[in-house]
Amino acid sequence: MSAPAFRREAEGGVAVVTLDLPGEPLNKFTRAVRDEFAALVRELEGEDAVEAVVLVSGKQDSFVAGADIEEFVALRTADEATRLSRQGQTLLDRVAAFPKPFIVAIHGACMGGGLELALACHYRIASDHPKTQLALPEVRLGLIPGAGGCNRLPRVVGLRAALGMILSGNHVGASKALSMGLVDELVPPPILREAAVRAARGLAAGEVGRRTSRRSLSSLVLDGTAPGRALVLWRARAAAVKQTGGHYPAPLAALDAVRCGLAHGLGRGHAREAELFGNLAVTDVSRRLVEIFFASAALKKDPGVAAPVPEPIAVKRLGVLGSGFMGSGIAATAAIKAGVPVRMRDTDLSRVGKGLRAVADIVGEGVRRRSLSPLDAARCQALVSGCADYSGFRTADMVIEAVFEDLGLKQAVLRELEAVAKPECVFASNTSTISVGRIAEASRRPEAVLGMHFFSPVRRMPLLEVVASDRTAPRAIVTAVEFGRRLGKTVVVVRDRPGFFVNRLLVPYLNEAGRLLTEGVPVEAIDGAMTDWGFPVGPITLLDEIGLDVAAGASAVMSEAYGARMAPAADIAALVAGGRLGRKSGRGFLRYRRGRKAGVDQTAYRALGVTPRSAPPAATLAERMAFALLNEAARALEEGVVRSPRDGDIAAVFGIGFPPFRGGPFRAIDAAGPGRVAAILDKLTRNYGDRFAPAGIIAGLARRGGRFHPTV
Amino acid sequence: MGMGNGRRVAIVAGCRTPFAKAGTDFGEVGAIDLAKAAVLELLHRTEVDPALVEQVVFGQVIQSVLAPNIAREVSLLPQFPRTVAAHTVNRACSSSCQAVAEAHDQIALGLADVVIAGGAESLSDVPVLHSRRLSALLVEAARAKSLHARLGTLARARPRDLVPVTPAIAEPSTGMTMGESAEKMAKENAITRDAQDRLALRSHKLAAQGAADGRLAAEIAPVFVAPRFEPVTSDNGIRADADLGQMAKLRPAFDRRHGTVTAGNSSPLTDGAAAVLLMSDTAARACGSAPLAYVRSYAVAAVDPAGQLLMGPAYAVPKALDRAGIAWRDLGVVEMHEAFAAQVLSNVQALESRAWAAEHLGRGEPVGEVDWDVVNVMGGSIAIGHPFGATGARLTTTAVNEMRRRGAEFGLVSVCAQGGMGFAMVLEAAR
Repeated sequence: MSAPAFRREAEGGVAVVTLDLPGEPLNKFTRAVRDEFAALVRELEGEDAVEAVVLVSGKQDSFVAGADIEEFVALRTADEATRLSRQGQTLLDRVAAFPKPFIVAIHGACMGGGLELALACHYRIASDHPKTQLALPEVRLGLIPGAGGCNRLPRVVGLRAALGMILSGNHVGASKALSMGLVDELVPPPILREAAVRAARGLAAGEVGRRTSRRSLSSLVLDGTAPGRALVLWRARAAAVKQTGGHYPAPLAALDAVRCGLAHGLGRGHAREAELFGNLAVTDVSRRLVEIFFASAALKKDPGVAAPVPEPIAVKRLGVLGSGFMGSGIAATAAIKAGVPVRMRDTDLSRVGKGLRAVADIVGEGVRRRSLSPLDAARCQALVSGCADYSGFRTADMVIEAVFEDLGLKQAVLRELEAVAKPECVFASNTSTISVGRIAEASRRPEAVLGMHFFSPVRRMPLLEVVASDRTAPRAIVTAVEFGRRLGKTVVVVRDRPGFFVNRLLVPYLNEAGRLLTEGVPVEAIDGAMTDWGFPVGPITLLDEIGLDVAAGASAVMSEAYGARMAPAADIAALVAGGRLGRKSGRGFLRYRRGRKAGVDQTAYRALGVTPRSAPPAATLAERMAFALLNEAARALEEGVVRSPRDGDIAAVFGIGFPPFRGGPFRAIDAAGPGRVAAILDKLTRNYGDRFAPAGIIAGLARRGGRFHPTV
Repeated sequence: MGMGNGRRVAIVAGCRTPFAKAGTDFGEVGAIDLAKAAVLELLHRTEVDPALVEQVVFGQVIQSVLAPNIAREVSLLPQFPRTVAAHTVNRACSSSCQAVAEAHDQIALGLADVVIAGGAESLSDVPVLHSRRLSALLVEAARAKSLHARLGTLARARPRDLVPVTPAIAEPSTGMTMGESAEKMAKENAITRDAQDRLALRSHKLAAQGAADGRLAAEIAPVFVAPRFEPVTSDNGIRADADLGQMAKLRPAFDRRHGTVTAGNSSPLTDGAAAVLLMSDTAARACGSAPLAYVRSYAVAAVDPAGQLLMGPAYAVPKALDRAGIAWRDLGVVEMHEAFAAQVLSNVQALESRAWAAEHLGRGEPVGEVDWDVVNVMGGSIAIGHPFGATGARLTTTAVNEMRRRGAEFGLVSVCAQGGMGFAMVLEAAR
């Protein structure tokens, strides 16, 4: 029997219960915690001297992080999962029906099961601290709240606000929580416990009533009447169907549970919620999403090099060379996320000014989205300064180069920098195609040179590839990995092979899309095939976004390195020559009007010399494009470009929007079975050529009957 | 020789924003942001670790009602730790000289090792005040118990109470404006219109030369003005094409009939900021920052504002020279603030006059003969502009840089200030 997670203290007649899971940094609702809590609630029910109960967390800046997801993984059947949900509901019903006031004091993260518990309490008091965040993130794991959350939340905050939280999993901060009625009171953290006890006494004496929120007219109609709610649910369902593309069952299940609870009461609502939770918990989709969750959590703790792991250099000041779109994006992200002073250099001050303006735009976007206050924004802007010389670079701990993609230029700025930088400064090149090893040939300290391949736009794209050349020292790698994390990025360390990992997958995939196009397959059919497969955008639209010139350049580099299988569909080059560069030039395969997509540009077919014909079935198209990608992923793993299938899966999901419900390329191959994948590749090889020849590692697994990931 | 307890105070570097005529390039910027830009660039250019800076002292003459301690706003730049104490001083136009002097004192007394001193002014952004009566009504209304009483109080405001009050550049004690005082001095000292115009012309020509050959440009930090962030890199008041004929056509600004002081031979209303990094000698050597010069002495003086208002420097300069233990002829560089050509020429006349020395200083000899080859060699405030709070730090920066270039052993900074005050500082080259 482990040490108890709850402790009780008496503040007069108020029982203060502190949850402090022993030996863990955060509180989680494990089976043991639930059992202990159930016993405690029974005990408190029986004590006449207890006038009220206050529940608080004993953890620093955290209330309850949620359920124990490990438990979900162990669930074998839907019935088992339904039972788990039922137990949670029963326990929280008991809290809701507690005969005395039951108050919860929330400071820090209050997630999933933690929030469901809070919703069952009679009064919620929270700290007004930025760390206080409330959310029901279950849909992000392919699940729904299973301990009564689908039923209680709409009753507390109204239907629309509840759907907003449940369907998105988004966090709600303290002041928003108060204004939407999710919590009853906000106080500063130091007096949270004291204020909760006072509220408990007031409620026990009948002096404090629950805050009744004033509802707007639209709220009275849409949340407060049956036809209004039906309309809201219908619209939410239509949006969810569109958004999930039929691949993610959880949002629709959540809508179902919410609807049932509102229409038929808490009892039937709970039953429906538990049943749906059970069904979802054992779906492949949920399994893949949970795997991604664990993989990215593990990746966050991975230093990026094998033991012994050197201490990273603390990056206190950052230099950025080049103030263009990438440079300014990196500078702004460093100021906003890492709070470090950034010195940005370009060749003349008016370019620097444009870069500072781009930083202001990114910071301003943060204010509009309310992720930054105006004062934060002013501070972030003040962190970034610019120059046309190298003044201020001597004190930089790390310098990220984001100049034009040209080897000579990148080497030149590296030499210039080394003339002024301190010896321990790490030089990171934001190269996307140029070899880090080649760049480092210009360096006096190649061990401090590596790649940090950011994706565009830097502020929003979650992935960062840290590229280590054969000469990069482990200390430089761990420094870049650590700093990348401070920038809020998911970081994978990749080997210095052309295309690194993400572009390595992307090029054969986009090339295959280009080939289909030159074969006369309409744009809509190609894009549709891949969005149906689960990508957020189709490959042709993506080509337009990347820029046809950039894509053509990248595939030229790649075919030089890897030979014919990476050769681009030749005709695309003709489009570039004709000034058709994609979205940035207002014209690619699609047309753009005032920056918005305005349909397929029919003249693109003529420029390619093809006549669009009726398309083959989507599955056939998707197979060609997807398998080109999967096969290349396997080759990259074989060459050690990524260190593990886990890294490769995460890089593909976060870097190119590989469908999360498929879990990443290696999970996808495992799911289909390497044997079947090899057979399909063989078939594609026969039909379309040697570029589909199965990677050795797939053929090997197929022979041995193995998998990339050990089965759970 | 110096002052204090023997700790030598080094000037390590200085830099400033461009100076822009009020309402032009920096019309929307504000003094705080100008001050921050100057200090941020000073930090980057010197590569000094911001955590070493112990204090920030800034001068500002027309202080903001909303952020009266501009120095603290500067020391809250995110590049600094939050723990850099800061205060703001006001000795009118010599405010940033006073800031340098206080930084000097803190270091010389051993109370600090690294201090940033500077000054800033935005005459595009001066506070506009209510009438006294409206202020009283607003205060009374805020205290009113009921809405009815509040409205009743406010209803007593009359249209004339709503006329805004802008700060005037006039002496509170005499009611005379600066320009009128300069005009008075020109007449009393017989400074001709032509002499004034020639001094102004010299200021423009030398400043244009300094800007063109890079000496002046090297002291300027670019300012990127939001929302477009286009860089402003140079002073916009310098007229390379200024000529005497044009200047002679300008109408007198303060005495239409008999006056000689014009917009052309006066310093313009200007926005800008300047900052100087000072360190104890030992701290400078410890962090590898080579001193440009040391502060050898300084002195302040004040005269009756009702007399010749802008004669302060003529009194402060001999005091500072005496404290430094040197004579006027030892000076290899002189940076003299040009509020008005008439004021510069009046002070020079006094410094060179045996009679004036005898009457006002009780000395048998004049202070010295002015060698124009060492005075304001890159122009002065008439051409470059005069953001009140920033000028002293600009002069100090230019003086120490020019001393280095010329190999001068001693340099002088002098500034006249409102209230009949003068400030003078003697600088000594670092060897």
